[in-house]
Amino acid sequence: MSKRIELKSLDVYYKAFLAVEDVSMVIEPKAITAFIGPSGCGKSTLIRTLNRMHEVIPGARVEGQLLMDGEDVYGPDVDPVRVRRQVGMVFQRPNPFPTMSIKDNVLSGYKLNNSRMSKAEAEEITEKALVGANLWNEVKDRLEKPGSGLSGGQQQRLCIARAIAVEPDVILMDEPTSALDPISTAAIEDLAVELKEHFTVVIVTHNMQQASRISDMTAFFNIAGSGLPGKLIEYDKTEKVFSNPTEQQTEDYVSGRFG
Amino acid sequence: MTDTKPKAVRRLGDVVFANLAFFAGVSILATLATVAAFLFAQSVPAFTGPPIDAASEGFFSYVLPFVFGTVYASVIGLAIATPLAIGIALYISHFANRKFAQVLGYAVDLLAAIPSVVYGLWGILVLAPFLSPTFNWLNENLGWIPIFAGQVSATGRTMLTVGIVLAIMVLPIMAALIREIFLQTPRLHEEAALALGATRWEMIKMAVLPFGRPGIISAAMLGLGRALGETMAVAMVLSPAAVVSFAVLTSTNSNTIAANIALQFPEAGGNYTNLLIATGLVLFAITMVVNMIARWVISRRAEFSGAN
Amino acid sequence: MTTQLNSSFRGTQDLPKWLSPTLLVSFFLASFGLQVLLASDSDSAEINFIPVAVFGLLSFTLALYVISRVIEGVRKATDRLVTIMVSTAFSLALIPLLSLAYTVVTKGVARFDAEFFTFSMRNVVGEGGGALHAIIGTVEITGIATLISVPIGIMAAIYLVEYGRGTVARLVTFFVDVMTGVPSIVAGLFAYALFVIFFGPGVRMGLGGAIALSLLMIPVVIRATEEMLKIVPNELREAAYALGVPKWLTVLKVVLPTSLAGIATGIMIAIARVIGETAPLLLIAGFTASMNYNPLDERMMTLPVFVYTSYANQGVDMQAYLDRAWAGALTLMLIVMVLNLVARLISKYFSPKG
Repeated sequence: MSKRIELKSLDVYYKAFLAVEDVSMVIEPKAITAFIGPSGCGKSTLIRTLNRMHEVIPGARVEGQLLMDGEDVYGPDVDPVRVRRQVGMVFQRPNPFPTMSIKDNVLSGYKLNNSRMSKAEAEEITEKALVGANLWNEVKDRLEKPGSGLSGGQQQRLCIARAIAVEPDVILMDEPTSALDPISTAAIEDLAVELKEHFTVVIVTHNMQQASRISDMTAFFNIAGSGLPGKLIEYDKTEKVFSNPTEQQTEDYVSGRFG
Repeated sequence: MTDTKPKAVRRLGDVVFANLAFFAGVSILATLATVAAFLFAQSVPAFTGPPIDAASEGFFSYVLPFVFGTVYASVIGLAIATPLAIGIALYISHFANRKFAQVLGYAVDLLAAIPSVVYGLWGILVLAPFLSPTFNWLNENLGWIPIFAGQVSATGRTMLTVGIVLAIMVLPIMAALIREIFLQTPRLHEEAALALGATRWEMIKMAVLPFGRPGIISAAMLGLGRALGETMAVAMVLSPAAVVSFAVLTSTNSNTIAANIALQFPEAGGNYTNLLIATGLVLFAITMVVNMIARWVISRRAEFSGAN
Repeated sequence: MTTQLNSSFRGTQDLPKWLSPTLLVSFFLASFGLQVLLASDSDSAEINFIPVAVFGLLSFTLALYVISRVIEGVRKATDRLVTIMVSTAFSLALIPLLSLAYTVVTKGVARFDAEFFTFSMRNVVGEGGGALHAIIGTVEITGIATLISVPIGIMAAIYLVEYGRGTVARLVTFFVDVMTGVPSIVAGLFAYALFVIFFGPGVRMGLGGAIALSLLMIPVVIRATEEMLKIVPNELREAAYALGVPKWLTVLKVVLPTSLAGIATGIMIAIARVIGETAPLLLIAGFTASMNYNPLDERMMTLPVFVYTSYANQGVDMQAYLDRAWAGALTLMLIVMVLNLVARLISKYFSPKG
């Protein structure tokens, strides 16, 4: 279920512009890996390459190698749509489908792909995913109501339920709490910690406390200036990065001297 | 190099759907090309075939009065509609209160929804008799101005009536367009003007009108495009004659291309039909040019509007 | 703006609020009286309302401007002048709307009866008869036009918003705009020129009318759909892609349903716009007094053409023809109003919330 992701000198481009340069790292399964760094350092760009969402933007491309349990994600005969079915993603702002009920939102990964399932199966998947996203008790009486009627934090957990309903190997979270209040944030953080039991979890965050609270590994990215590519500065166990970083830049950032 | 490797698998559904969409888009280009080609093909016999009584002196002397009538009626309509449209747009965007303005906007939009044949009926049975005494008055008192000279029509079915009907018909679209542009005036510019102690008119003069000028021009061009092609209202209201005349109060008026087609086509046969199609091609060309200029003005503005 | 400010900011030299309405009314009355006086002098007994209104308005404007200029100063006087002009422009636009509505309703009700909606004009000379054949024709021709325009229009809009890049897309956008400006009579001529190839000169056919109307309807559907697709948040597309949904299913099952209410509204407005078209139908669908259910065969009457021919080909009992024309106009206006209303209701109640 949970896969190891290996990046080998990965370069990410928007047309001719090199956004992220030469990243090599191994993301461990059944752990939370946090990407931190100042705005514009390419951490969001990089996380979008892990499920080939990056190439949705016209002119965006990737050079280098990305292996998922040894399989080349950017191989010549790989279908990006299939990659995305195995790598779930949660976005900055909660984005449930406004035309669908809560239940249909959870099942959207199946329904939008025209997969048929029995009623019993559908109910089982819905319950399992909502329980997994710590949302079941709050919404079990109104599964047929529209998902947009929920609070921001509930909507974000609905999006997580939607992502885990298709049983992916990896969950990517792109600043999942930046649009939420502190209580909803705490609920998502708890959930992330539970999710690593089953999934490889990668989270991009602006919030250093959040990274230090929940992640096992932390990658620090930085840019030398605007127009220059983002680079991976340091990648290590989270305690090490926050308490005793090797690089001066990392120390400056985690101690709050810039960014 | 990873980016030179063969393209990844394309799904059948994606390929089919994308191509359907592409062909729908391209069909627009094909359709317009077909329209031009077929009209052209059907026009040719008017020049090569045996001469037609109506156009015994050749196509161009036949079509010229109609071209004049088309342009003249539209220009009169536009001359009346443009200041009114600016006034209406200003009223809705800057004078009426917000709730009221919405209702007013809807009322003006309603004018656009009325079918042109209803305008025609109203124009000839209500407006023309209503205006007739005023035409007499204009002729008596301002008859020294050439356009008001001549023998006044007894029915009111004159060029001026047509111009007024056309003005009413193009007013809604022009007012709506200008209103949109006025509402886009950067709030900051307006507030800056008001903060300087300007009256409402001074604020409009300083901030709104300069910002909206290209919008007014393009709205006028689009209104012109509409007026040029308007058929039924003109066909019903105007009392036509094959002349070129600037007089707007008489019963001998230059007909418009569109109205002439509508009046003659149902009875026409043989080469006459081709002749009428040829005049339609001329109308098509005129409106195309006018609309293209309008769009060009709009797109130029869109490129330079860094303000919003 | 200034008049809404706290009263302590109002200069002492401001004009009292009652002044301008009072002036307006008195000058109009004076102008009316003057006209009555002049009319009784001359031999024409008729009172002409246009000079009354023009003279009344001009004298009112002049008086208010002069008073304001003396008491309030040049800047405020100019402001008042412009306010009068703008309000006048607006009222002038409302007059035809009210007159139209009033005339169509009062003259239309005379024949707005059961017979009008249950009979054709076959063998009718003078009184009686109805527009059923025209209503059937309008419904069939507009229906076929809608069936042609909606799929092409929606797919073309999808191309422009979801797929189109580069020169071709720019060309399509530009020519959609050009197509919006095609005069309706040219659309009718095109349909004729097209059908002549297959059916020979003098062809008349309901289907041709539908083709002509589609030409006018497609650009409206494209524009409306394009607007609606553009406001679907990109985040929803990304959410679907991230779930491993291919692009075409994303468009079909996420983007389109989200914008469906808006697209339906646009289609309604497009129908309302072409249902009143007369000129192209006059050319290619022609006119007839009889029922014709078959759009592939011979002449087919439509409601706008019914109105026109009732007026243009008045028979011996003139009033009967005019009454039918007005009843047809009233029916047409009601259909257009209902379509617009339905469009508004759809967009109000079926747009996704949130």
